[in-house]
Amino acid sequence: MHSRGTLTLTVLALGAALVVSVVIGIALGPTTVPLGETLHYLGAALTGGTIDADEITGYSIIWQVRAPRVLLAVVVGAGLSVIGVAVQAMVRNALADPFILGVSSGASVGATTVVAFGAFAALGAYALSLASFLGALGASILVYLAAQTRVGLSPLRLVLTGVALAYGFQAVMSVLVFFSPHGDAARTVLFWLLGSLGSATWGSLPIATAAVLLAIVVLLRRSRSLDVLAMGDETAASLGVDAAALRRGLFLLTAVVTGAIVAVSGAIGFVGLVMPHLVRIVVGASHARVLTIAPLAGAVFLVWVDLLARVLVPPRELPLGVITALVGVPVFITLMRRRGYLFGGR
Amino acid sequence: MRLTLDAVSVRVAGATLIHELSLKVGSGEIVGLVGPNGSGKSTALRCVYRALRPSAGTVLLDDTDLRALALAESARSVAALTQENHTELDFTVQEVVALGRYPHSRGNRPLGERERELCRQAMDRTDIAHLADRSVLTLSGGERQRVLIARALVQEPRVLVLDEPTNHLDVRHQVRLLSFLRSCGLTVLIALHDLNLAASTCDRLAVLDGGSLVETGPPVEVLTPELIRRVFGANASVVPHPRTGVPQLLYELTDGEGIEP
Repeated sequence: MHSRGTLTLTVLALGAALVVSVVIGIALGPTTVPLGETLHYLGAALTGGTIDADEITGYSIIWQVRAPRVLLAVVVGAGLSVIGVAVQAMVRNALADPFILGVSSGASVGATTVVAFGAFAALGAYALSLASFLGALGASILVYLAAQTRVGLSPLRLVLTGVALAYGFQAVMSVLVFFSPHGDAARTVLFWLLGSLGSATWGSLPIATAAVLLAIVVLLRRSRSLDVLAMGDETAASLGVDAAALRRGLFLLTAVVTGAIVAVSGAIGFVGLVMPHLVRIVVGASHARVLTIAPLAGAVFLVWVDLLARVLVPPRELPLGVITALVGVPVFITLMRRRGYLFGGR
Repeated sequence: MRLTLDAVSVRVAGATLIHELSLKVGSGEIVGLVGPNGSGKSTALRCVYRALRPSAGTVLLDDTDLRALALAESARSVAALTQENHTELDFTVQEVVALGRYPHSRGNRPLGERERELCRQAMDRTDIAHLADRSVLTLSGGERQRVLIARALVQEPRVLVLDEPTNHLDVRHQVRLLSFLRSCGLTVLIALHDLNLAASTCDRLAVLDGGSLVETGPPVEVLTPELIRRVFGANASVVPHPRTGVPQLLYELTDGEGIEP
């Protein structure tokens, strides 16, 4: 039904779509740079060619502003998709997404301390990233400790503590915003919460890229174990998988990688929830296939989402979470209804 | 391969689920665990397929303590059909059956020709070959049960642990499965509710009550009206099967008041 050939074709098609999307994403924006010029600038930057003096503005838009931003969209889209797959496998819950374990609300507390009170001011532009990463990690540790039982992490407890702690963090964040000396703190925090790639620089890329690549490689290597885990902990034991240990590993991986993603992009909702499902509708449930396709699909999706965010209401930018929801919800519901998708049973 | 439970106890949160259970299953022997609800049958089985670690006592495969083996190592010898068998993802039947090769495979290498042949044989044997490309979420309870049995067979175990394998199965497939067990030559430890099927299938029965072993021996010695009354709280006549001579129970309904002790 889902043959190896179809998988290769899908990978090639998505790979090509990704390259095209990236180029278009770099060319288009509030000021459109013609495709030929875009390719010329990119070529110059990549091969160390020369450009004329009057091309410097165009070049810096393409190379300093848009290229890192679009590439970050690739990394973040891919990362949220694979982490979504991993988290859904870890808690065996169709409604799970990378943020279900309180990571995003923890990160937003961290981000709020920066926005509202100027914490880590010495770090300049990196203050927000560092603070949200620390917040995400702190939240993960709290969830882990609260969900830990004698026999390991219980999936249901993980989800419940994650959801409960998220409320706690939101309360803390609201208080911080409320007492903030800066009047526009609320708006900044809201924008951050809905996700944005507006602050992307070349500097934002290396750590996030490394984290996402790590996640993809590790998860692909363990894809068959994830299949076994989906059968339930009892069955997993009988097939030789230590579900408790695997779940601990998954928790650590997803917490760190989600933290790294949130640090550079805020909390972009919906991608990590829905991309895994969309991919399963197309290629089936096997994690080896899902984890091959999900990063590509997520990357293409987020490049276009970010492009829409920039061009829909120029010169303002829409938060990404708004667009992921506006585009993703109808697409997902249509596909789900048409394909007789069975996640969660009849 | 011999399977031995030596004084196995399981305590969870202060409750003793099984108490010093000792049981030997000889190579190629079929031993049935029977007992009322909550008597500890599943708990005992879980210690064998390692979903649970005994609080005390040991489980031995031949002379090897299970604790000395990595999970994947023992999974190459012991396959299980568990009670919990629910998944939310729509894997195909074929994919679920192939997962039985997990303990034998290294990394993510695709299955070889011999392994695919194993899967085909197991699916034929459990009569699910025609379902190969169906999503497991669309199957009936009995069909799904057969898929899981096929997965256990693909594991190429030497010991088979089955927790209520006849659940959801129609009579034809109950008979088919149990006949297969009689002919497969594997060491089998099986929990069964249906005492008549247990008597027909098993070389020996082990009766559990309240977490302790109360009786063990061939069905003809174990299944007495007295024991059925004492352990299960039901009245039954025991008659020999007209063709095989295996003891079979005929139950008597009560007047709704329960039975005399």
